[in-house]
Amino acid sequence: MSNEIEPIRDPGLPAHQHRQADTDPIAAQRAERQVAILFGLSAVGTLLLIYSYIFVKSDKFIFIPVLGNTNTQQLGLGMGMAVALFCIGAGAIHWAKTLMPDEEVIAQRHEFRSDDEDRAEFVKTVKSGAASAGLGRRPLIKRSLGVALGLSGLTPLLLLRDLGPLPKDNLQKTSWKAGTRLVTDPGDRPIRPEDLEIGAVAQTLPQLAPGEERTLNNIGKDAVLLIRLRPEEFNLTAERLSWTHEGIIAFSKICSHMGCAVALYEQQTKHLLCPCHQSTFDVTRAAKVIFGPAARPLPQLAITIDADGYLVAQQPFTEPIGPSFWERSS
Amino acid sequence: MTARERIAGNVAGYVDDRTGAAKWMKKNLTKVFPDHWSFLLGEICLYSFIILLLSGTFLTFWFDPSQREVIYDGGYQPLSGLKMSAAYASTLHISFEVRGGLLMRQIHHWAALIFMVGIVVHLLRVYFTGAFRKPREFNWIIGVGLLTLGIVEGFLGYSLPDDLLSGTGIRIAEAIIQALPLVGSYIAFFAFGGTFPGEAFIPRIYTVHVLLLPGIFLALITVHLMLVWYQKHTQFPGPGRTEKNVVGYPLMPVYMAKAGGFFFIVFGVTAFLGAVASINPIWLYGPYTPGQISAGSQPDWYMGWLDGLVRMSPPLETHAFGHTISWNILIPGLILPGIMFTGLALYPFIESWATGDKREHHLLDRPRNTPNRTAIGVMALTFTVVALLNGGNDIIATTFHLTINQMMWFSRIGIVVLPPIAFVITKRLCLSLQRADRDLVLHGRETGRLVRMPNGEFTEIHEPISAEKAWTLTSHEQIAPLELPLADSAGVRRPGALKNKLRNRISRATAVAVSKATETERRELEGHH
Repeated sequence: MSNEIEPIRDPGLPAHQHRQADTDPIAAQRAERQVAILFGLSAVGTLLLIYSYIFVKSDKFIFIPVLGNTNTQQLGLGMGMAVALFCIGAGAIHWAKTLMPDEEVIAQRHEFRSDDEDRAEFVKTVKSGAASAGLGRRPLIKRSLGVALGLSGLTPLLLLRDLGPLPKDNLQKTSWKAGTRLVTDPGDRPIRPEDLEIGAVAQTLPQLAPGEERTLNNIGKDAVLLIRLRPEEFNLTAERLSWTHEGIIAFSKICSHMGCAVALYEQQTKHLLCPCHQSTFDVTRAAKVIFGPAARPLPQLAITIDADGYLVAQQPFTEPIGPSFWERSS
Repeated sequence: MTARERIAGNVAGYVDDRTGAAKWMKKNLTKVFPDHWSFLLGEICLYSFIILLLSGTFLTFWFDPSQREVIYDGGYQPLSGLKMSAAYASTLHISFEVRGGLLMRQIHHWAALIFMVGIVVHLLRVYFTGAFRKPREFNWIIGVGLLTLGIVEGFLGYSLPDDLLSGTGIRIAEAIIQALPLVGSYIAFFAFGGTFPGEAFIPRIYTVHVLLLPGIFLALITVHLMLVWYQKHTQFPGPGRTEKNVVGYPLMPVYMAKAGGFFFIVFGVTAFLGAVASINPIWLYGPYTPGQISAGSQPDWYMGWLDGLVRMSPPLETHAFGHTISWNILIPGLILPGIMFTGLALYPFIESWATGDKREHHLLDRPRNTPNRTAIGVMALTFTVVALLNGGNDIIATTFHLTINQMMWFSRIGIVVLPPIAFVITKRLCLSLQRADRDLVLHGRETGRLVRMPNGEFTEIHEPISAEKAWTLTSHEQIAPLELPLADSAGVRRPGALKNKLRNRISRATAVAVSKATETERRELEGHH
């Protein structure tokens, strides 16, 4: 039964259907004109571009519906360029589709595989080449070459060593020391507890010694958020509570997940949220992670006030700030 | 012979005397290319790449890839007097003072997005039609390489202006490097020339972005195109099309005009987007400083799935023996993408191993006729799209008034549950479509004309479909599943029986199909009517 089943047959390439422009000279002329108009439009586009470049002032704005207020020069340059390029393309394709031959042709494929004779010949050539070089007969050359090549591969690795210094304890330490004043960022003003109302947040940095310059490298490690709550709102261990001052608590602003600035504070819930990956930290519970991918709380900075009544650090951070790394011990 | 023809002949002769090019040109100028809209996707990538080279070169004339601190005194008032890097200041200069500079920046960025969209959609086309099969595996691997490099190149590109948004992206990249066990801190310190952000990183990635990677791109694209040329393009099944021929239009003049014209169309559309659609307005973000951030930080779309995976990761870290391993970074940032891209690159080999099909293929598959492959593709796509959606979870949450927690839990559960569901549904859909094809061939198309029979019955008139269409719907192969032996002739279990069993199982799943209509059946039915 099965050998009687006849599949549906290939009817072969369908007969070519002529286009209007193939048979009707008027249609062909019309197509030719259309192509020429498109190319002409392209030239107009380039003229618009030239005009905008030379004559339109760069501070002029024009109102365009949907786009709103738009810089006239930028719009003129862009639209000129767009029209100039698009119309060349549209013209060329219209030309190809209406006036160039559209009869499908059949070409045969060739097999990629070389014939057996060529393959055998190739293997022979390689073998005889290798044999005449004597690699197999002279193991000393082979081995010494292997060692030399392997060693020379170390060169680029070695030469890249000076790309940067070794990490040493750089990832472990920040500029905060016992007694470092917290200053506002921006402004560099020292802060008294009474400057912060309950519910307020402040971005702070360590005060610079005279003549010291603040770099982005420092900010990336030293940025600290101050948040003031009512003391009874905290839910902290006795030690951590002693790190706060009159309801003011300080955390590293650098996310313990991937180092973004944890900048979103929600006053109602007392949550800190990192806008990069939405790790959420509960301020009342020493920045414990309550949602998101972060695995560790934000490090807390122990603060107090100095003799002049300004907020200072009691001690450096007790753990590295920012994202994890292999050498981090906790 | 006109004077012009004589000159042209002389030039051609001059070149041929020195290169022998005439023989090759004669053959290749009439090379046949099959026509299908989906074959333009790869062209879009190529043209976007050329646009990127042109617009990028323009930008380098003014861009200063330096993280040295300067005080801004340019034309954009809101940032006047602010400290910033020379990279950021020169990007502002290009945007506000160089005529056409903003246009070129926007064209460059749009072209990069189109380049990546083009690559991904081209990849999907190649995957779902089975164009990666023998002999085109090399080109598939080169394509996966181009996709990977494209993601890196795009990331480096939008990192260059050193604005608050891109600096945050670099910070995240640094955290991924730093999370590598054993060597992470060292590689991070070498890459950044010390502590993050330092002053070395942007000059370094600039060299990689404008020299190293474009060079590799150029080499890979050249090989990719040469292979397409040499192996000839695949074609969709249809009347007169076989595994042994290629049906289409000759390069000269039709394809030259069409492909050349299409370059200008792609460039024109990109210029239009650059003219009217603002992209990456870095002056709104401000210069980078590690202590600040803007809400709604988003990477470009081709990085979004990666960011989405990182966002949905559970908070896992191992602390032991004085060391830390951040699974919450390593799994979504390195391990999962590694598995995804390795699987993608190896797919052609996996499929041919599972089906035992080692033959050359030049006719494309209609996705419905390979339900298993199509379902695997939709499954992988679903996984990636859930990850991508989660990469924009904050934007989606604010737009649709959801909480960020709802979005995150949707993604965390969805990324596990939805892909298998997508697999099952796709496979069923493919089989239903096969059934519809079979009905169409056997019973013809529905005309919508209802006729009342003498006995009062209403029936719809079906019209037979053309012979060409019937062939197109039935020309595909339906391969029987593998039946690899599990035991030898004496009935003893063979070594490798388990492997054979697995291959048989996969092969059976792959071979599931609605048997296609035959001429015999068609005639039988006609007899009944």
